[in-house]
Amino acid sequence: MREDSLNPPEFTIGQKLRNIHWFFVFLICLTAAIGIAMLYSAANGSFQPWASRQLVRFGVGFISMIAVSLIDVRIWLRFAYVLYGLSLILLALVEFMGFVGMGAQRWLDLGYFNLQPSELMKIAMVLALARYFHSLTMEAVARPTRLVIPLMMVFAPAALVLRQPDLGTALMLIMAGGALFFVAGVRLWKFGLVLVSGLIAAPVGWQLLHDYQKRRILTFLNPEVDPLGAGYHIIQSKIALGSGGLLGKGFMQGTQGHLNFLPEMQTDFIFTMLAEEFGLVGGLGLLALYTLLLMFGAIIAMRANSQFGRLVALGVTVTFFLYVFINIAMVMGLIPVVGVPLPLISYGGTAMMTLLVGFGLLIGIWVHRDVSISRRGGDEV
Amino acid sequence: MNRDVERHKLFNRRSAMLLGSQAVLFSALVARMYYLQVLESERYKTLAEENRINLRLLPPPRGRVVDRFGVPIASNQKNYRVLLIPEDTRDVSATLDSLSEIIAFGPGERRRILRDVRRNRSFVPVTLRENLEWSDVARIEVNAPDLPGVMIDVGQSRNYPYGNDLAHVLGYVAAVSPEDLTGDPLLELPGFRIGKAGVERVHDLALRGSSGSSQVEVNAYGRVIRELERKEGQAGAEVQLSIDMELQSFTRKRLGDESASVVVLDIHNGDVLTMVSNPSFDPNSFNRGLSSEEWQSLATNPRAPLINKAISGRYAPGSTFKMCVLLAALEKGVITNSSQVFCSGYTELGDARFHCWRKHGHGLLSAQEAMAQSCDVYFYEIAKRTGIERIAAMAKRFGLGAKLEVDLPGEKAGLIPTPKWKRGALDAPWHKGETLIVGIGQGYLLVTPLQLAVMTARIANGGFAVVPRLTRSVSQDGVWTENIEASFESLNLQPRHMEIVRNSMIYVVNSPLGTAYKSRITEPGQEMAGKTGTVQVRRISKSEREAGVRKNKDLPWKERDHALFVGYAPIENPRYAISVVVEHGGGGSKVAAPIARDILVEAQRRGSASSVIRTAMPRSAGQEKSSLEG
Repeated sequence: MREDSLNPPEFTIGQKLRNIHWFFVFLICLTAAIGIAMLYSAANGSFQPWASRQLVRFGVGFISMIAVSLIDVRIWLRFAYVLYGLSLILLALVEFMGFVGMGAQRWLDLGYFNLQPSELMKIAMVLALARYFHSLTMEAVARPTRLVIPLMMVFAPAALVLRQPDLGTALMLIMAGGALFFVAGVRLWKFGLVLVSGLIAAPVGWQLLHDYQKRRILTFLNPEVDPLGAGYHIIQSKIALGSGGLLGKGFMQGTQGHLNFLPEMQTDFIFTMLAEEFGLVGGLGLLALYTLLLMFGAIIAMRANSQFGRLVALGVTVTFFLYVFINIAMVMGLIPVVGVPLPLISYGGTAMMTLLVGFGLLIGIWVHRDVSISRRGGDEV
Repeated sequence: MNRDVERHKLFNRRSAMLLGSQAVLFSALVARMYYLQVLESERYKTLAEENRINLRLLPPPRGRVVDRFGVPIASNQKNYRVLLIPEDTRDVSATLDSLSEIIAFGPGERRRILRDVRRNRSFVPVTLRENLEWSDVARIEVNAPDLPGVMIDVGQSRNYPYGNDLAHVLGYVAAVSPEDLTGDPLLELPGFRIGKAGVERVHDLALRGSSGSSQVEVNAYGRVIRELERKEGQAGAEVQLSIDMELQSFTRKRLGDESASVVVLDIHNGDVLTMVSNPSFDPNSFNRGLSSEEWQSLATNPRAPLINKAISGRYAPGSTFKMCVLLAALEKGVITNSSQVFCSGYTELGDARFHCWRKHGHGLLSAQEAMAQSCDVYFYEIAKRTGIERIAAMAKRFGLGAKLEVDLPGEKAGLIPTPKWKRGALDAPWHKGETLIVGIGQGYLLVTPLQLAVMTARIANGGFAVVPRLTRSVSQDGVWTENIEASFESLNLQPRHMEIVRNSMIYVVNSPLGTAYKSRITEPGQEMAGKTGTVQVRRISKSEREAGVRKNKDLPWKERDHALFVGYAPIENPRYAISVVVEHGGGGSKVAAPIARDILVEAQRRGSASSVIRTAMPRSAGQEKSSLEG
């Protein structure tokens, strides 16, 4: 086939390493460094207990990221469904074997470390959807019957995650999936249809929500009704943010965070602490850094030669965007409190791993940007 | 492949749209950030400060009260409390079990503790027991390794080492009640005590000191992180009273169970050396908090232990008033030292008959003899000649009938009746017979024991208007502020008339004919002068008088006569004036005079009126002897 002839010869490891988008990698490291500095501050100027462990995790994640980036996209294509299936099984296992952490059942105890299958699913679902849409012609995409399987691919894990219950991750899966549907060429009116039916189903869905989820949504709408209860997080977060002002209180000088007025400051509310200590300038700086990462992600996606690569790159980028947006919007009181960490900054191993593996995929797609893959898939060299 | 190119173009187009919508969402974040951190920043900064800064009041140590020789009579005692910090122990129940081997907890107490543990955050100490014995404190400290989370805390509580002896003068401290609130934030501190009676109340502001404050940074759970600013308060001032505590205690012991009052004054400067009201109460129990039974028994006791009889008890002065009548008569000139009056046992005015206490009369009497034997007819006669206005004016010059403004709450003015008063108060004309009754110290006349002592002091010091002084000085941070001795005004009485009165008082005690002869002081140089008084509290009917007046011991307590005695000592260069009132005690000569004698002997033996002694004020309560006893 013609595109086969266009395919470059296999790269050596050295060539691949040279092909890595090192500026992108640098941006990732810079963001992670900011995160570690914030964890240092969150522990009142101590590497214990968070910063040092986060550093180790980032180290491990960083190596994984580079390793993932060296793997040929065709291999990912081949194993996309397998990975998805495995993730789905793990997710189902959480139902039966997971233990409850922070009021929700999300974790699998694998002895050595605790695995959060919902995080794995974020990558696996992107891979699986990318492979599925990669194999469809544009005419096929237009046929509604061909959309049943990918819809299942999105809603099955989303439903399982929602049962844990983890509203944030479920929404992220649905939105990342939706983005892939969109760039794959699904007509806009079909989204409208899903949205309308979703709205019709909303009252039913409300009944299925846990009390604490309902409460979160209600207190989001008016946090002052319960200043010491569920609204406490949002109010305290806004106080911390607002009191930071334009330039902030200075590194390690944030009072609200250090005096524990901020809940979970090392995880979900770390952006608040950053904005308290470095002010509007610091918050915008971080946002700019994220924007750069997103732009490079989009460029990598658009530059990829294969539809699979494009979709994977975009899926990862959108997932990353969702992390950033949901977290920051949440701590600023724009959306309800949902447990979504700030990527590369918040303390936590699983999300860090998901992101770095995702970035690995993204970089891998950049490294293998010229590889073409036929619609039927597989390695056709 | 064209198809793939087309697909790529669509992908790129839609990716760009996606990117655009992401940019819009990020702009929303930026706008929100700007709103919170720039537009609303000031409001949130204020909220943040309120969030983290807590102002705590530091209660100042209450000032001590010392007697004239520097003996502490109200001080602060260490109050040992045992606390439990739940977060420091693995098992609260187990710790309580180990602790109950030292101090026993009842099931109710245990329930209360476990409830407190549940209700508070785990770093908040829960009080297990207050007012621990020192021995228990020591045992807990020794066993500390087996008692995780248990700690001893030292608070301060008011302590009155002399208990009942000075209760009415000192008063007591008790919890703040709503009507005490003045806006001083100290008063709103839980457990804060303020002076509720006596010196504690009068000098409350000085003794209280002023509160310090400590600004602390707290975290979201209220745990103190660090102190930002500390303003030390000012410790309460030390108040020195003129009381001689040893004499005070001696006096109260001497009174035994009598319902009585004794005041001893320094006749020159008015120092109140002793002021006893009996029976008394334990001011420490008010600090602790009284049970309703304790309160009931104090409040309903017919001998009124809560009343300071020395300033609030009003009695007819009886024969102790005769000095005023005699002086008024002498000053008016209706009699002289040599004038004599015949006592036949009664005198008549119109168709009313006024009896002498001695049924068959005293015969012909001089002023001195009339005083010594307390002849009533003599005083009826001179009162009639002098007139009520002159007698009342003289009484007022001696401090009767008006408040003396001693530093104590609840002082009563008493009453010196005049025709004007009677018209105003009773809307009735004055009868001449009432002048006669006033002449023997009865009728509407009412005086307090303190007034009687002041009257006696003014006679003894040669007619100077001495006023009682209870507070000698107030010391704040080592600077003593004296309660300055005023130079007392002269009452402008003829010295020879004063001499006659004093001689007659010497005669009362030291002449074998005198009513208080049995109570004389034989110690040379310490002799006593004085006047007895016996006051009826019931009306003696004509039939009873004819059948023979019933003896006091045959009467119920409430109907017995009050026994009074006023006096001074020594005769030469007098120093001490005393008044003794024994409610329903019987006769003044039999009951009151011996008490006065014993107290004046003791006062002179001790030198109660010697100069005051200033001690350096100890700053910490731990240096006081009372704190580590037991």
